[in-house]
Amino acid sequence: MATELAAGLATVDEVETAPRPGGLPLRRVWAGLWPKLAAAALLLAVWQAVVWSGWKPDYVLPGPGPVFKRLAQDFANINFDLGVAITLRRALIGYATAVAIGTVLGIMVARVAVLRKAIGSAILGLQSMPSIAWFPLAILLFGLNETAIFFVVILGAAPAIAGGLLSGVDHVQPILVRVGHVMGARGLNLYRYVILPAALPSFVGGLKQGWAFAWRSLMAGEIIGIVGHQLSLGQQIQFARDFADAEQLLAIIVVIFVIGVVIDSLFGILDRGIRRRWGLFGEVA
Amino acid sequence: MSSNILQLGAGHAHGADSEEHSLSVERLSMAFPHDGRLLVALEGVSLEVEQGELVCIVGASGSGKSTLLNILAGLDEPTSGRGHVHGRVALMFQEAALLPWLTAAGNVELALELRGVKRSERRDVARELLNRVHLKGFERRLPHELSGGMKQRVALARALAQDADVLLMDEPFGALDAITRDRLHEELERIWSETGLTILFVTHNAREAVRLGDRVLVFTSRPGRVGHEVKVDLPRPRSLDSPELAVIAGRITDRLKHEMGVVGGN
Repeated sequence: MATELAAGLATVDEVETAPRPGGLPLRRVWAGLWPKLAAAALLLAVWQAVVWSGWKPDYVLPGPGPVFKRLAQDFANINFDLGVAITLRRALIGYATAVAIGTVLGIMVARVAVLRKAIGSAILGLQSMPSIAWFPLAILLFGLNETAIFFVVILGAAPAIAGGLLSGVDHVQPILVRVGHVMGARGLNLYRYVILPAALPSFVGGLKQGWAFAWRSLMAGEIIGIVGHQLSLGQQIQFARDFADAEQLLAIIVVIFVIGVVIDSLFGILDRGIRRRWGLFGEVA
Repeated sequence: MSSNILQLGAGHAHGADSEEHSLSVERLSMAFPHDGRLLVALEGVSLEVEQGELVCIVGASGSGKSTLLNILAGLDEPTSGRGHVHGRVALMFQEAALLPWLTAAGNVELALELRGVKRSERRDVARELLNRVHLKGFERRLPHELSGGMKQRVALARALAQDADVLLMDEPFGALDAITRDRLHEELERIWSETGLTILFVTHNAREAVRLGDRVLVFTSRPGRVGHEVKVDLPRPRSLDSPELAVIAGRITDRLKHEMGVVGGN
């Protein structure tokens, strides 16, 4: 009789467990996509409406039509594409360096009590500092070149990345650390198997914020500093202003915006994937 | 191949030296600084558990039961006296405390990995251990996809994966509903009799203690010490609802109430 009862209860247990997130992949992609497309359409409509209102003359504020036509021409121009490539390369190198520095710094500050007391709060302070404020100093230190730009990008992104990791490590549930101890994970093993995976959601949050800071700092650096006569996006935007070429200016803004949004949404996918796996929320609405 | 790893204690529990205590605590005291005063959680606790014995500690909350288990698990150092566990020790908490990013099998496999089990064997052993706690087919589930009872089963499988000689359990079924708890009592009893594990089980529920224990140690509160010992001679498996069990549990509850009354009267 006990076994009958047990068998019956096994099904109760099964029913009580949370359902796995499901649904057709295509439908889910569409469900995530359409609000964004609708927002973009609305934005274009407002832009066009402002242009039609005649608030500013066409040569100062052109409408979406001419700007996108110009954008198509731009992409056919090898120098423009080269500019996009230069900017993306700088973003990639600067960001990758910031990730490396931020991660090492975060782990060291988390591990070493003296370091934490010394620079733990400095990392938080650096996060709220607009990194472009370092640019004049960077020019004095390194000259007006790519190194100065990288310096600013890294100072913008690394503290956010270190901060994300640090707060993740600090907020690991104490019971998980105790379980790790009981299972025999000490020192580095405890970090490898328990603390770092537990800190991952917060670390990815830091990576995402770090990217936003890196991208901002890079644009600011490129607009202010003309480096090696290279046609980076930031410089092209500055030239467009100098020549009062509003169509070109807006076309480049669209490119900068789209790159930012695409990379941000990649982080969003990563972030949601991790949070779902970690059980930090149930079903995604 | 993997069976040698799964012979949990079946061979070594009743080893050559049956006089050997699996666990012994001698005049152990523990005090914490708390609000500027010294809070004595445990005072002069002495107890012994034989190999293969299942002993329950029952006491009101704040009687230092968890503190004792933490010391025995090596997570804390006592202020004075000593607690000694012969062999490996595993600890289960009221929360399952599974690593949320690992599947049920992954959690068990990690315990195996940290114990040094070869990669090629881990998967099979984990599967077998989960099978043992009736979680066949749930290997790939993540903790948040499991019910409370199933999580505790995974935690039990993980504790077994540590190949411990002594299993310390800190109110492991306290947060579960009555029916699930009942089933887990049965399974724990079955695994205990199969493996010959030594178990020290802490609870605040006198019936649960009498349901499971060979002996029940009644803890006094503030400071905690062993106030009373009850030997339970009822045949196994016992029913939580049997009148004999209720009588013994009732006596223990009376003692606990008396204890709390004394504390309250101060």
